[in-house]
Amino acid sequence: MAKTFRGGVHPPEAKLTASKPIETIAQPDRVIIPLSQHTGAPSKPTVKVGEEVLIGSKIGEAEGFISVPTHSSVSGKVKAIANYPHPLGRPMPAIEIENDSRDEWIDLSHWTDLTNSSPDEIRRAVREAGIVGLGGAAFPTHVKLSPPEGKTIDTVILNGAECEPYLTGDHRLMLEHPDEIIEGLRVIMKVLGAARGYIGIERNKPDAIDKMSEKVEDEESIEVVGLKVKYPQGAEKQLIKALTGREVPCGGLPMDVGCLVQNVGTSYAIWQALKLGKPLIERVVTVSGSAVKSPGNYMVRIGTTFSHVIEQAGGMDEGCSKIIMGGPMMGIAQHTDQVPVVKGTSGMILLSAQDVRIDEPGPCLRCGKCVDHCPMRLVPNEIARFVEKGRIAEAEAYGILDCMECGVCAYVCPSKINHVHLFKIGKAEIAQRRRKEAGKEG
Amino acid sequence: MSAKLTVTPSPHIRDDLDIKKVMYAVVLALIPSAIGGVYFFGLRALVIIVAASLAAIATEAVCQKAIRRPVTISDGSALITGILLAFNLPPGVPYWLPVVGSVFAIAVAKIPFGGLGYNPLNPALVGRAFLLASWPVYMTTTWTAPSRGSLSGISAITTATPLGVFKYVRHILDNPSVGPDEISRANSYLAQLYSSASLKNLFLGNVGGCIGETSVILLLIGAAYLLIKGIICWRIPLSYIGTVALLTWILGGQGLFHGYPLFHVLSGGLVLGAFFMATDMVTSPVTPKGKIIFGVGCGILTSVIRLYGGYPEGVSYSILIMNITVPLIDRYTRPRKLGEVKGS
Repeated sequence: MAKTFRGGVHPPEAKLTASKPIETIAQPDRVIIPLSQHTGAPSKPTVKVGEEVLIGSKIGEAEGFISVPTHSSVSGKVKAIANYPHPLGRPMPAIEIENDSRDEWIDLSHWTDLTNSSPDEIRRAVREAGIVGLGGAAFPTHVKLSPPEGKTIDTVILNGAECEPYLTGDHRLMLEHPDEIIEGLRVIMKVLGAARGYIGIERNKPDAIDKMSEKVEDEESIEVVGLKVKYPQGAEKQLIKALTGREVPCGGLPMDVGCLVQNVGTSYAIWQALKLGKPLIERVVTVSGSAVKSPGNYMVRIGTTFSHVIEQAGGMDEGCSKIIMGGPMMGIAQHTDQVPVVKGTSGMILLSAQDVRIDEPGPCLRCGKCVDHCPMRLVPNEIARFVEKGRIAEAEAYGILDCMECGVCAYVCPSKINHVHLFKIGKAEIAQRRRKEAGKEG
Repeated sequence: MSAKLTVTPSPHIRDDLDIKKVMYAVVLALIPSAIGGVYFFGLRALVIIVAASLAAIATEAVCQKAIRRPVTISDGSALITGILLAFNLPPGVPYWLPVVGSVFAIAVAKIPFGGLGYNPLNPALVGRAFLLASWPVYMTTTWTAPSRGSLSGISAITTATPLGVFKYVRHILDNPSVGPDEISRANSYLAQLYSSASLKNLFLGNVGGCIGETSVILLLIGAAYLLIKGIICWRIPLSYIGTVALLTWILGGQGLFHGYPLFHVLSGGLVLGAFFMATDMVTSPVTPKGKIIFGVGCGILTSVIRLYGGYPEGVSYSILIMNITVPLIDRYTRPRKLGEVKGS
């Protein structure tokens, strides 16, 4: 039996683009590069309006440890530094660069391969390259590579589950760049001194499992594992549970059980940064859904607007009524196609009106489906009720903070209750209360 | 860009199952038993089922209008209440009785608590309890024999349901003052009740009883459909029926471990109650462990009432009593969270 975790659901996979090779799209005339594309402090601009930049030029400096620098993804001239629409919802500071279309990189001719350097040097290079987790959460990778004193990591897991419907970028990367991904995994294992490496892939990608397995055939320490096709198989805690049987303690991190999880795309980015010196200036974006003319997997420069990417993918149908950044389970609906692709943009799903449902939530029937399917084994119906009634302390006691907002409860709910929305509200309220309390004490 | 974009919280896809589909699946699952009821007890049964259903739906509509809430009769839940109430009535009751029962079920046990999803007790069972308390004669003496069989399922007795016969036999055997003749007669009734012919009648439904409860096979067909569709799960029915089987085996005979569990499982309203009323989502626990506790509790109460209580049957009251415990059960059976350390 394929390895897995308890709970979860199996929505229609809709992997329309699994057989579409990664294509590089025509460059945009301009890019909008937000200074905040990662978890943590936004970077600080280091360029001025009018300044000339090349591909890979640093245009924003990291602020603090949990932060990464930002780089230009085109060659051209800085046009403005201002607030621009951001896929997370609110306008945020970004640097707009006019593309001169010369496609000129910074000078990398003297770059020396860093894959065999010291752990500290590798961490520094990974940070300098602006690398963050490319699965969607965009957590700075160098932080994950720097476990605090006393934490030993013995197992590194590459996440190739790609359990969200529609998304196929990781699948394609594994087929097209297996050597680079595995090389990246070796580097991560070396930096952490981890003896064991896993590459977890859902079984709906047998070609990727075969390809990766073939590449690690002679490698004792790395194992490719086929996982049951079930959402959220690629969630960090669920993936660790499936592969190692270990449970990350509530409120804890994977390193508490000696594990580290990286997306396969991140591993590829690490390899590119160390081997070639290329900072993270582009990523694979799956453009899919019922309202896009040519669904596919595209290599897209960071900062390219959604509208340009969609245009390059043949354009959208007249009836497009929803654009989602990410997958349909956890992705964020966009109010405009003028938002830029950021480091965490794994996909763009365009849905036509008949695929967009607006459900009026009904009363909870207490059917218990959310309880049966919750991958964190919470009681979502009760937590949702507590938040609705403003009983935040009880919501917290019932584990609202252990919720990862995977959306499984809302997916299975016959009453169409918006659990995730309520949980976000509840969490925000808890955060606000904590800030207030901290303020009082200070 | 001209099109307007829809912005809603994630997830952006949902399972097809909705409230209506859940409710009408239950209605569909009850249809074989409804047809069986009409087959065994005649058109009277159909009139009672229709009267109870229409009364339930009409009451819900009137109540919701009166309190200026959206009328939600199309969700199917009131229809289920009506059908289940009718299923729990003897076929010989006057036609106004199901109407009164449905009105009470909806207007007292459902709407005042907030309607669907908020009622703590199963409305159909509250309706039945109300009728039993108010018109006990109609509710306990208007049994009719099935069209092709006898009321008790055995030929020796024609005036009581199988569980009624069992109660009578227990009464004789537990009474030290009865004579040997009576004891031997009681034992012969018992032997007939436990005979394969009697069990076959119980399984097929060819015995007296409430309209929808007698045919085990037809109930199981509907239950299988709900189980396969994932509308109900095995935990409550299995733990309920299993507990009744275990307890009636241990305590149901003269001396320990001399009971005949198969008779108790097949007779009365146990199968109807276990698969269609104890599993009522709104009034049963949501946690996996809680469902088992709930089922076991129902089983204990049903066995105790059948073996030691004043009524021959105790399914309705057992489920109603356990309904009250649901918030408590849910509270103390929360699953262990992924990564939760015991004692923390």
